Amino acid sequence: MSKKIGDVILDLQNISLRFGGVKALTDISFNVCEHEIRAIIGPNGAGKSSMLNVINGVYHPQEGKIFWHGKERKKMEPHMAAQQNIARTFQNIALFKGMSVLDNIMTGRMTKMKANFIEHALWFGRARKEELEHRRKVEEVIDFLEIQHIRKTPVGRLPYGLQKRVELGRALAAEPSMLLLDEPMAGMNVEEKQDMCRFILDVNDQFGTTIVLIEHDMGVVMDISDRVVVLDYGKKIGDGVPDEVKNNEEVIRAYLGAGH
Amino acid sequence: MLYREAGQFKTTYAADQQLFPIRQDRIGLMLLAVAFFGVPLFASEYWFSAILIPFLIFALAALGLNILTGYAGQLSLGTAAFMAVGAYAAYNFQLRVEGIPILVSFICAGLTAAGVGILFGLPSLRIKGFYLAVATLAAQFFIVWCLTKFPWLSNHSSSGVISAQDVVILGFNFDTPVSKYLLVLAIVSVMALAAKNLVRSSTGRAWMAVRDMDVAASVIGIKLMPTKLLAFAVSSFYCGVAGALYAFCYLGSVEPDGFSLDMSFKILFMIIIGGVGSILGCFLGAAFILLLPIFLDYSLPAVAELFGLPFSNATVSHIQILMFGALIMFFLIVEPHGLARLWQIAKEKLRLWPFPH
Ligand SMILES: Nc1ncnc2c1ncn2[C@@H]1O[C@H](COP(=O)(O)OP(=O)(O)OP(=O)(O)O)[C@@H](O)[C@H]1O
Ligand SMILES: [Mg+2]
Repeated sequence: MSKKIGDVILDLQNISLRFGGVKALTDISFNVCEHEIRAIIGPNGAGKSSMLNVINGVYHPQEGKIFWHGKERKKMEPHMAAQQNIARTFQNIALFKGMSVLDNIMTGRMTKMKANFIEHALWFGRARKEELEHRRKVEEVIDFLEIQHIRKTPVGRLPYGLQKRVELGRALAAEPSMLLLDEPMAGMNVEEKQDMCRFILDVNDQFGTTIVLIEHDMGVVMDISDRVVVLDYGKKIGDGVPDEVKNNEEVIRAYLGAGH
Repeated sequence: MLYREAGQFKTTYAADQQLFPIRQDRIGLMLLAVAFFGVPLFASEYWFSAILIPFLIFALAALGLNILTGYAGQLSLGTAAFMAVGAYAAYNFQLRVEGIPILVSFICAGLTAAGVGILFGLPSLRIKGFYLAVATLAAQFFIVWCLTKFPWLSNHSSSGVISAQDVVILGFNFDTPVSKYLLVLAIVSVMALAAKNLVRSSTGRAWMAVRDMDVAASVIGIKLMPTKLLAFAVSSFYCGVAGALYAFCYLGSVEPDGFSLDMSFKILFMIIIGGVGSILGCFLGAAFILLLPIFLDYSLPAVAELFGLPFSNATVSHIQILMFGALIMFFLIVEPHGLARLWQIAKEKLRLWPFPH
């Protein structure tokens, strides 16, 4: 790959997370560099989703430090992730079921819209102008993801694969500097997977977005990621470029050997 | 052809976002013109004071509830109580503030109700669904209790009854049914338009996002607390103004017990039948719930006579209750989006008719 990978922008040090007696993450350290595609892999229940939730402030680890652009991050609430330009998609699709594709993607731009509710009610001042301005941006996302034909459809009526794509669209609409994707290709057929891979690579390539990706399909992971972290039972057992990880004894034993 | 929208293509996003997106939806504007200029020519006094005015006022209250329940997803059973707050607040502003214009009193009534709404909305930050409904039920009883308990609120009248002051704007006394109707119509139209604007803007999208999936909403950057409380505030504002109009333009004198749980349920049924999460639905639902009893009053005796059945007034009211029950179950189970959705489906069908493919 010819692209330029930048400095470390997210550094996680000795992260431990417990739910009551369950140790979801134990003493995990790794970092993410600007513009790279960083994969997190591991068997079911390894703690991958928990890791993403720690990164964007949904879960608060009991131990460990997180550095974002070199500065230590204090306790953070989920809505602050958006302010820091981190967007994500969920393992179980978390779209707004009652809203159209267009409205769902428009919500991705929420933090960028400044008009208050009185302006909205009177459709006056910034309200109208912003709506048009952000609509333009959202249409770019819609074009990029090739979903023009369904923009007015309520998302609840769409097939699974398209819903996943719309969820990516909602995340992209925020123009994030870092994008967290939790199994974006789970449950898709080969063709849909190929499309999704293409979109992820294009986002990374065209917008320079840093991507942290959880994925079970080894072929995909080895193909598109720059570096891979391997988790097992909440512990880190491997970290490196795909070739390194592929040949790591412990990884083969714990993960690749275990029925995958 | 009654309704055709094929062949209209939008060439700009601005056109696509218009409030009345297709030419034919300007029918809405025509309806409004008829309501303002046509109806006063034909309707009788009975129609104004017994049907049209309460219809508009209940539609406004339903709008308030729909903003909270339909759009922001927070179930409330305290609608009537928030109306009571509005009615009593407007009365007290008129009574105690020297020379305050009546419209300012109405706005202050709305704001007072909004404040109370925020207070009773606080539990929504912790609890959802059924439990929140119970909390709003507490609001319902507590507010009505307060209004009877503290005589100051009703200026020491017996059992809390208040008689609304005259409605005078710029020296014009709105004392006839027609003039009251026009005033209520103007206020309700403006507020319905504002509600439509709210729900199509990012305020409305934030409400719906919280309704549909709150974790995802917060990850997107929506702050749950202000979003929910704003919904409570705006919703209660609408209910408060509706309550003020209920006292000042409809009944003239009201008592706390008039704003009962029954009334809250009636408004809830309006949005269920009309359409949860639809502005149009509030009007359809209010019309339906208010007109159905009148319709039955007229038609049932005739039907009974036709079959030679014995008939009493009690039967009418029993049949009414049965029909409401059946309808509400129908809409909850078969068409949760109510009459508004049925209307939309009919529109879609008509658009393609007679060539469905
Ligand atoms: N909110 C929670 N409360 C309690 N336990 C949790 C919670 N979230 C995760 N866990 C536990 O933490 C562990 C790691 O779960 P996590 O969802 O992070 O795994 P995963 O690697 O994403 O698995 P999968 O591949 O199945 O998605 C599991 O044992 C899970 O039960
Ligand atoms: Mg997971």
